[in-house]
Amino acid sequence: MPGNANMSDPQANTPDAGPLGEADVKNSVKLSCRHVWKVFGDDAESLFAGAGEVDEAAFERDGYIGAVRDASFDVYEGEIFVIMGLSGSGKSTLLRCMTRLIEPSAGAIFFETRDLMKASEAELIGLRRHKMGMVFQHFALLPNRNVLGNVSLPLEVQGMGRAEREQRALEVIKLVGLDGRELYYPRELSGGQQQRVGIARSLAAEPDVWFLDEPFSALDPLIRREMQDEFMRLQNVLHKSIVFITHDFEEAIRLADRIAIMKDGAIIQIGTPEQLVLHPATDYVEEFTQGIPRAKVLSAQALMVEAGDQVFVGEVAADAAIDSQLEQILNADSGAVFAVVDERGEIIGALTRQVVVDLLASPPRQS
Amino acid sequence: MTIAVSTMKPTLSVPGRWVLLWAGMIGVTLLMMFARDSLPFAFSYPRAWEIPLAGWITRFMKWLINSADLGLFTFKELTRGIAWVVEQPYTLVKSVLSTGFLSGVGSDAVLVFPRLSWIALLAGVMLLGHYARDWKLAALVGGCFSYLVLFGQWNSAMVTLSSIIIAVPIGVVGGMALGIVGYRSNSFRAVLMPVLDLMQTVPVFAYLVPVLLLFGFSPVSAMIATIIYAMPPMVRVTLLALEQVTDEVVEAGSMAGCSRRQLLWKVLLPSAKRSLMVGVNQVVMLSLNMVIIASMIGAGGLGYDVLTALRRLKIGEGVEAGVAITLLAIALDRLSQAYANRPTPVYSQQQQGLWTRHPHALCFVVIAIVTWLLGIYLPAMNTYPETWQISMGTFWGDLVRYINVNFYDVLESFKNFLLLNIMIPFKRFLLSLPWIAVVAMVGLGGWQLGGRRLALLTASLATFIAVVGLWDKAMVTLYLCGISVIIACLIGIPIGILAARNERVHRVVSVIIDTLQTLPSFVYLMPVVMLFRVGDFAAMLAVIAYAVTPIIRYTDHGIRQVPADLIEASRQAGCTRNQLLRKVQVPLALPHIMLGVNQTIMMALSMLVITALVGTRELGQEVYIALTKADSGRGIIAGVCVAFIAIIADRMIGAWAAKRKREYGLE
Ligand SMILES: Nc1ncnc2c1ncn2[C@@H]1O[C@H](COP(=O)(O)OP(=O)(O)O)[C@@H](O)[C@H]1O
Ligand SMILES: [Mg+2]
Repeated sequence: MPGNANMSDPQANTPDAGPLGEADVKNSVKLSCRHVWKVFGDDAESLFAGAGEVDEAAFERDGYIGAVRDASFDVYEGEIFVIMGLSGSGKSTLLRCMTRLIEPSAGAIFFETRDLMKASEAELIGLRRHKMGMVFQHFALLPNRNVLGNVSLPLEVQGMGRAEREQRALEVIKLVGLDGRELYYPRELSGGQQQRVGIARSLAAEPDVWFLDEPFSALDPLIRREMQDEFMRLQNVLHKSIVFITHDFEEAIRLADRIAIMKDGAIIQIGTPEQLVLHPATDYVEEFTQGIPRAKVLSAQALMVEAGDQVFVGEVAADAAIDSQLEQILNADSGAVFAVVDERGEIIGALTRQVVVDLLASPPRQS
Repeated sequence: MTIAVSTMKPTLSVPGRWVLLWAGMIGVTLLMMFARDSLPFAFSYPRAWEIPLAGWITRFMKWLINSADLGLFTFKELTRGIAWVVEQPYTLVKSVLSTGFLSGVGSDAVLVFPRLSWIALLAGVMLLGHYARDWKLAALVGGCFSYLVLFGQWNSAMVTLSSIIIAVPIGVVGGMALGIVGYRSNSFRAVLMPVLDLMQTVPVFAYLVPVLLLFGFSPVSAMIATIIYAMPPMVRVTLLALEQVTDEVVEAGSMAGCSRRQLLWKVLLPSAKRSLMVGVNQVVMLSLNMVIIASMIGAGGLGYDVLTALRRLKIGEGVEAGVAITLLAIALDRLSQAYANRPTPVYSQQQQGLWTRHPHALCFVVIAIVTWLLGIYLPAMNTYPETWQISMGTFWGDLVRYINVNFYDVLESFKNFLLLNIMIPFKRFLLSLPWIAVVAMVGLGGWQLGGRRLALLTASLATFIAVVGLWDKAMVTLYLCGISVIIACLIGIPIGILAARNERVHRVVSVIIDTLQTLPSFVYLMPVVMLFRVGDFAAMLAVIAYAVTPIIRYTDHGIRQVPADLIEASRQAGCTRNQLLRKVQVPLALPHIMLGVNQTIMMALSMLVITALVGTRELGQEVYIALTKADSGRGIIAGVCVAFIAIIADRMIGAWAAKRKREYGLE
């Protein structure tokens, strides 16, 4: 895929052109990127002047920085799509291309069915006001406004009346658990609380798509955990379509429906956490998965054998991680076998207790 | 921060080449001086080659004022319109603070409503001090304004304050507007930056004449000149402040759905407020610095008092008015600084109720009304009675007389010694150099420090000075500036080093420097004139006193910022304190110290122009003569020459410091 920015790709112009990275999510596509490039450097556009072929050699020679290289993916309605990569791998740049805070050098971006690259300034402002919300790594709160003022900013710039917007802002502040602190100023709040304000602000206008750029990276580990749980709680209520950026693979595993791994500006694999762990596309991806306890990622489905004439002592859900059903499995007798059932309640396989015990006992590196 | 040894170029041949070039340069110069008689054009720039730029500008100004027609209105109508716009708020503020509201004109005018009583204003500024920081500041500000009352400076001070109150907001808003446009448009900024450079280096006197011609001899002219003088730093600060707003905050604004205008007003400006306030402080200080100069084109008040006293050598009166300006400057400086540094609000400050939210404003209103009502029966409420006033005028006069009577010989012999042995020979030497050689050396220096482009810039700026026929005066400027800067460095660098190494010295020096920096440049002239009368020597002392502050500050700061781990490493290696200073701290701080020297040169040049008033014969005098003859071209060209000298020095030192920092990997 690298090196090819061919716009005449038949898939490129249709947002619903088949999922990239086999997702088992059946929802409609909310946001999609096709062959998105962002190159920093003087006159970077000239690199794309040819018939879609990008001269990669020119990068090194002329000091260009290919921050995003040929990124293509879809984000489905209601899913948490995590972009994971080390710092400098181009995640923030890619995210900002999706909102056009940064102008992509080449490629196409669709919001629902709308071609974002063709959107005018006014249309973009409209989209950002009503459809998009964004959370920033360093909170990006305005120091001169209190919590209420910060959270109601997006509503204020829409032209909403004072009473109405404050009412709405208070609701969101309550939703993120900051009620009672409405009149505090950012510098009077802890990092975690400040990020709650950032989250509340991004949700105030009830966006469809929620962008989070390393929202918890600047927080202490304990607080980070707490905020991750809080984030999942919110998502269970709100069901937004989410693009979440992190450099922490564990965080990605915890939160993601699907993960895109980025390296040096290119997306090298997209898949569910389970897919990444079971079938890492490259050694680079495998490196990341090595430290991850398998039980956290693998589902019963991945470990089951064909159902025969075994006697089942119980049922386990096919797509939930083993980790979440561990207690039930380990409490059974040593030779026990469980029925693996899908969401319709049909038995699709069998899971032996022994497999799970082996999984837990094996060192995490062998998959 | 580490020292990147690898980036230091090991090549010896490059310095060698420069040594050869310089030796050749000096050799040629000496040859030229030897063959002086056969090369007269190299020594005094031939009249016939001069370009009469000054005359052209003067003629252009005349045309502009007398016959330029802009279609809908003439140029004169335009300037009148501008003057009218500035005059309206000025009249209002002056009525409130100084004259009271009058009906009728001239001596027939009847007082309709009295001015703000001195008690109310005194209370007002103290409340402001408390609001901005604390009671200590309130006391300081109160003390400063009390001086104005006690020493009978109130009336003049209120006239001055009125013009400051009008000039500062216009300067701030104008500067911010230009800064904002520059922030948004790169092409506008490309034009703006060189203009700012020039505006900040051209001496004020140079544009007094055009302003005078355009707006007439009036307080409005004075305010317009003040605004032109005080605005450039605000433009720079605005640009910088907006650029300092972090990307994330700007992005957060965009993602909230701000339009461009909303982004500016709701996100950028509020986030940059603190830095912007620094600019406001600068505008206030520069406006006060202009008070005396502005009185040359029609500003009344304290500046006028100082100027007349200086002209008539009425030492006492001059000192009292000068101190009044200084105290006004200190009060306004500390107030605006405190206001800029006010912490962002906190939760507890948002209780309801008018009184709890605005205690200071309400307090002030109450006092103003009460004193007004009382003033109807007690005139002392409105105007501080003359009989209660103090004057130290005779004291100052006596003091100076006493010093002159008793120390005349000592002072005189000191002055003569320096003049005869150092100053005059140095001046002769500079004047004897062929201009062609000097231009070539300036170019060579530029080349060595910053490459071909810098060489081109410095050489052509220097040539300009010769071409407009001001070479000799420029050399005198160079001599006075050079000698003052050298002495300022000889005094300032040791003090800076001491301050860097000793906390107590540091604290004392900081207070002194802060105070010196709030003194308007004119104030420096008074004591030196009292003791040494007019001439180069007095001018040099004033310049040194005025320009010594930055070199002290930069030396102190430069040495303090040498990384601590480096100091520890050197200690560990066995350096004594003196070795540490000589081998580590000073070399590493040198780029920083040179920036201080640069600042000192800039300040010396700006002061030098003012010393024309005490009889120096350099470019400043040229500007000053132009002012008295209302010859705009002559003034502007001489001013631009001063600016060019400043720019040459600035670019060369800047290039040197940048190179040195790069070599050290200290970026
Ligand atoms: N404005 C810019 N100009 C030049 N290079 C940039 C700019 N912004 C980012 N980059 C470069 O692009 C690459 C990707 O940056 P970024 O998207 O911030 O990475 P990440 O968010 O994954 O840490 C980095 O090498 C960075 O230095
Ligand atoms: Mg980033």
